[in-house]
Amino acid sequence: MKLKPPSPGDLGERLRETEVWKSIFRPGSIFRKGYKDTSRDRALATMNNVLYHLHPVKVKRHGLKLTYTFCLGGLSFFLFVLLTITGIFLMFFYRPTADIGGAQAFQDMQLIRTSVFFGDLVRNLHRWGAHLMVFSVTLHMARVFYTGAYKPPREFNWVVGVILLFLTLGLSFTGYLLPWDQLAIWAVTVGTSLAGYSPLIAKQANFLLLGGVVVGPETLLRWYTLHVIALPFVLVIFLAVHFWRIRKDGGISGPL
Amino acid sequence: MAKEDTPLDQEVFDSTLEAELAKGIDRRVAEGRARSAAVRAFRAANPEEAAKHEAAGGAPAAAAAAGGNGGAAAAPAAAAAAAAPAGAVATGGAPVAVAASVTTPVREAPLPTGNLPTPKKGADDKHRLLALVPPEGIQRVDREQGDRVNVWPHLLIEEFVAMFILLAALTVFSTFINAPLRELANPNLTPNPSKAPWYFLGLQELLRYFHPMVAGITIPTFILIGLMAVPYVDRNPSNKPGDRKIAITMFTILFMFGGILTIIGSFFRGPGYNWVWPWAQGVFFEL
Repeated sequence: MKLKPPSPGDLGERLRETEVWKSIFRPGSIFRKGYKDTSRDRALATMNNVLYHLHPVKVKRHGLKLTYTFCLGGLSFFLFVLLTITGIFLMFFYRPTADIGGAQAFQDMQLIRTSVFFGDLVRNLHRWGAHLMVFSVTLHMARVFYTGAYKPPREFNWVVGVILLFLTLGLSFTGYLLPWDQLAIWAVTVGTSLAGYSPLIAKQANFLLLGGVVVGPETLLRWYTLHVIALPFVLVIFLAVHFWRIRKDGGISGPL
Repeated sequence: MAKEDTPLDQEVFDSTLEAELAKGIDRRVAEGRARSAAVRAFRAANPEEAAKHEAAGGAPAAAAAAGGNGGAAAAPAAAAAAAAPAGAVATGGAPVAVAASVTTPVREAPLPTGNLPTPKKGADDKHRLLALVPPEGIQRVDREQGDRVNVWPHLLIEEFVAMFILLAALTVFSTFINAPLRELANPNLTPNPSKAPWYFLGLQELLRYFHPMVAGITIPTFILIGLMAVPYVDRNPSNKPGDRKIAITMFTILFMFGGILTIIGSFFRGPGYNWVWPWAQGVFFEL
């Protein structure tokens, strides 16, 4: 008897019938055998996926209109994910130390640009993505204002959004110091000098921000910790509340 | 008990149906009324048989309460109820009008005992718990059904496309344009001009006009609190742009104000943070 070698199509078909495959892809997954483009499977596709089920099964049709949301909220979230991924990559090659004569941070920056595989590209993505995120979050706020999406029952979600905007600014600003070049420390010096004018607690506020009286190695370590773990941690919590409240407050606002 | 099993007086049924249809009432309604009159007429004529039939059929709780508790209690009421239609039919009048005015027997549910009923042998190993919940204990969700579409594929496709376009654009941009990296930080050498990151340049610009405490503390605090207070200050329930002229105008003015200050701080300020024309003296701005 002559055995015919199975074609790649057959193999794929048989793979999709295995118990392992079926255990990974839940009903409704487009990768599961027997997915049909029916209302039921469309609903299951959303419900049975850990990422998609941030969304409800159905949304108001007008919410699909590009000129209603301009996708700004979703893109801001996507930028946050992109910044997390590129940021983790950069953390492998960066040490937040800037002792006199050493300035390890700056040397690491140069090495990322010159010696690390794709280091320059990832660093560029991180930097430009960060600026873009500040921009997109701001525009998202404007969009929400113009569509009146902060009105009851969504008042509190607007407040959460304002907190997220300021956390985004905080993340961007703390990251600005990390390259430890002239641009970084002087921008931060200018930015933080304003805290020195706060009433009553001027000195304390400045000391808390800088870990000293001027921008120095302590500031770098402090802002690094804020940038890579403290602020993202807080931001993710507020992000979760933000997304959860969208659902609880009845989905997308409108139509106008 | 199946509907068809209930014994009824066919003669009353036919005559009532005819009378109802003659009045121009919908056939289904007329049949229902005729049926109800016929069943009552039958019960009035044969009280014992009706009672027996209901007991044998394991009648539903409320209806059976009257019948099951003993024909004695139910029979007089049923008799009274049936007497009228029967008479009406005899005279050829409008039977339903009379039948409707007759009071039906009060339905009584068995008193709650507080004991859980014991399941029958061989019944499924499932039970149902019911509880009475005060209405204020339920979160009411006013959700209009509206015109809705499935998230998959409609919304998700849109999000994926937006995401990939952004990723592609950012990757191309990052491939060709390097983020700045100047020389090593030197606390003793202040660059001229020294500028904050672009999103703070609006505030830095304000420093030119106000005391640092106003520009650096009061105004940012005001912006933060003011933004958070927006939904509690603007109580206008409409989201139609036409109804929100004041809100939109104010927001636009403030937003533009911030944007213009940022642009001035970014592109129109040079050495010594003095005014420059970017097309003449060049741009002193770094991201």
